[in-house]
Amino acid sequence: MKIRLDNVIKTFDTFRAVHGVSLEIESGELVALLGPSGSGKTTILRMVAGLEYADGGHIYFGDQDATDIPVRDRGVGFVFQHYALFPHMTVAENIGFGMSVSKVKRSKAEIVARVQQLLKLVRLEGLGDRFPGQISGGQRQRVALARALAVDPKVLLLDEPFGALDANVRHDLRRWLREIHQELGITTIFVTHDQEEALDLADRVVILKEGKIVQQGTPQAVCRDPKDAFVLKFLGDANRLTGEVRAGRAMAGGAVIDAPGLADGPAEIYARPRDLDWSAEGPGVAATVTRVLDRPGERRVMVQAVTGEALEFDVEPERDIAAGQAGFVTLRRAKVFALDENPA
Amino acid sequence: MSQTHHRRKPPRVGDRPLFRNSLIAIVLILGALLILAPLIVIGVEAFSQGWQTYVATLDHPDTRHAIMMTVVTALIAVPVNTVFGIAAAWSITKFDFPGKRLLLVVIEIPFSVSPIVAGVAYLFVYGLQGIFGPLLDAYDVKILFALPGIVLASMFVTAPFVARELIPLMQAQGRDLEEAATSLGASGWRTFLAVTLPNVKWALLYGVVLCNARVMGEFGAVSIVSGNIRGQTNTLPLHIELLYHDYQAAGAFASASILAVLAVFTIIAKVALERRGAGRRKALASLPASQGTRP
Repeated sequence: MKIRLDNVIKTFDTFRAVHGVSLEIESGELVALLGPSGSGKTTILRMVAGLEYADGGHIYFGDQDATDIPVRDRGVGFVFQHYALFPHMTVAENIGFGMSVSKVKRSKAEIVARVQQLLKLVRLEGLGDRFPGQISGGQRQRVALARALAVDPKVLLLDEPFGALDANVRHDLRRWLREIHQELGITTIFVTHDQEEALDLADRVVILKEGKIVQQGTPQAVCRDPKDAFVLKFLGDANRLTGEVRAGRAMAGGAVIDAPGLADGPAEIYARPRDLDWSAEGPGVAATVTRVLDRPGERRVMVQAVTGEALEFDVEPERDIAAGQAGFVTLRRAKVFALDENPA
Repeated sequence: MSQTHHRRKPPRVGDRPLFRNSLIAIVLILGALLILAPLIVIGVEAFSQGWQTYVATLDHPDTRHAIMMTVVTALIAVPVNTVFGIAAAWSITKFDFPGKRLLLVVIEIPFSVSPIVAGVAYLFVYGLQGIFGPLLDAYDVKILFALPGIVLASMFVTAPFVARELIPLMQAQGRDLEEAATSLGASGWRTFLAVTLPNVKWALLYGVVLCNARVMGEFGAVSIVSGNIRGQTNTLPLHIELLYHDYQAAGAFASASILAVLAVFTIIAKVALERRGAGRRKALASLPASQGTRP
C-alpha cells in the first residue's frame, strides 16, 4: 500500500511538533524516519497510525484519504517502543488478540493455525504458552511484531523497534527484520534516532529536524551527499574546521581541499575520522597529538590544531604516534559548506 | 567483603541499642493498648453473659434490621463507588482535559473532611429547610432519614477509595496497552474488558474491599442523615451506639463483634491482595516484575 503525507501539521498545546511534512512512501518500501529527539518523527508515525490526529494536511493510504479514519479501522500494524504486550495474556493470546477482536469473524481453529504460522515466522515456535514476563526482550519484540502482522496490516509501523535492546540482539533483529520485510513485502515505516540502524535497514532514509524533513534518499545518497552540516553531523562523527573558500578551493590552517561551485567566503569543512591522516610534513593543519586511544582495529589519534580546533582521526594499528608529537593533519576527503552565519 | 564484616560499621542515625529497643518497646506497647486491647475487649464482653445473650442480641429484630440496612447500603454504595472510581481513574489517566488536577483534589476531599461535615451538608441540601427539601417533599420523595440519605452519605465518605487505588497504577501503566489493543482493531469496550480491567483487577478489588469496610463501618455522616430510628433507619454502627446508650453493654459488644469480624476479614483480604501486587506502593514497585506473572 502506497502511503502519502500531504503537508501534515501537528501542534501540541503551543509546541509545533510537525511543520507541514509531505512524504511519499512506495508500496513495499522500507523507510526509516531518522532524527534527534524532538524532531517529530514519532509524531509522524503516530499520525500515520491514527494514534494522533493531524491538525492540518492529509494522509493517503493508496488513493483513499485516511486522515480521519480512526486507528481501529485504519488497518495498520503498530509495534510500540516498549512492545506494549498484554502482560496477562500468553504469547499466543497476544498474537491472536487482533484476530479475535476483528470484525472479520474467524473460527478458533483458524486463529490457532494462524498464530502457529506467525510464531514460526518470528521463530518463536514452542513459546506460545509463555507469558511476556517470561521471555527475553528480543523475543518480546518479535512477539510484538507477530501480533502486529496478525491482522494483515496495510502498513507496518515500528516506533524505535530496537531502542530497548542491547547491541548484539539489536544487530540480529535488524537483519531478521530486513528478511521478514523481504519475505512479506509489506510497506514499512520505522522511527529511529540511531543513524546506523536507519542506514543498515532502510531502502530510504528520511532525516528530520524540528518537525521538518531535512533530506531524504537512499542510504548511499544521504551518506555520500549530505545536504547540510546537520545531516552530515547526524549521520556520524565528523571533525569541523573553519576556513575560507577562494576560487573553488577551501583552505583551513594550511590544508587545501576542492570545493567546486562554492562562492568565495567563510566556510566550514567537515571530515570523518577516517578521512584525516597524520604526517610529519605538510601540507596540512599543523597540530600536536594530545592522546592516542588504542582500539582493536585502529588507533584513534586526538590532536590539538594550532588553529584551536580539537580533531580526532583513526590510523592503522602499526603507526607509531605518541602524545606530544607535532606534525600535520592531512585531509584525504572532506565536505565543504558555506558558513552559516546563524548555526542552528 | 570479608574485611568489612569485621570492621565496625559506622553508626547510623538512631542505631544505638538503647534508643532502638526503647522505640520498639514503645510502639509495641502503644499498639497493644490502642489497637489490640479494645478488639480483645469486644470479644470478651460480647460473650460476657454467655452464648444465649449473644445469639439473642443478634437475633433481635432491631439488630437484624440494622444488619440488613448496613448490607443494603453497602450493596448500593460500593458498586456505585466502584464505577465512579473506575470512571474517574480512567478519565484522569487516559485523557487530558481542563480541570484534571482539580478533579484529583476533589476526589481527595472526603479523606480530609470530617464525615460529620458531609452529613450536615446533606441536611442543608436535602433537608426540609434545605435547597431541594421543599421540592422533594412536594413529590413525597424521602431522602433524609431514609435509605437514600444513608447511601448518599456513605458514598460521599467512601468516594476516593477505588479511584485512589487505581489512579497511580493506571498512571504507571500508561496508554500503550490500550493503544495497542485499539490499533489491533478492538473496540473501546472490548479494550476495557480485555486489556485494562485484567491489569488493574487486584488493585480494583483492593479498593473495593477497603471501600466496603468503610461503608459498613461509617458512623458520623450516617448518624446525621439517618435520624436513628430504631428498626427503620439504623445501620449497624448506629445500632451499637443506641444499645450502648441503653446500657445494654453485652448487646452493644455483640453487635460490635460483627463489625470486628468484618474488619478481620477485610485485613485478610487486604493482605492476600497485596501479595497479588495490589496496594498503591507495591503495585508501582512490582510493575515491571509483575509483567507476565500468571494472573
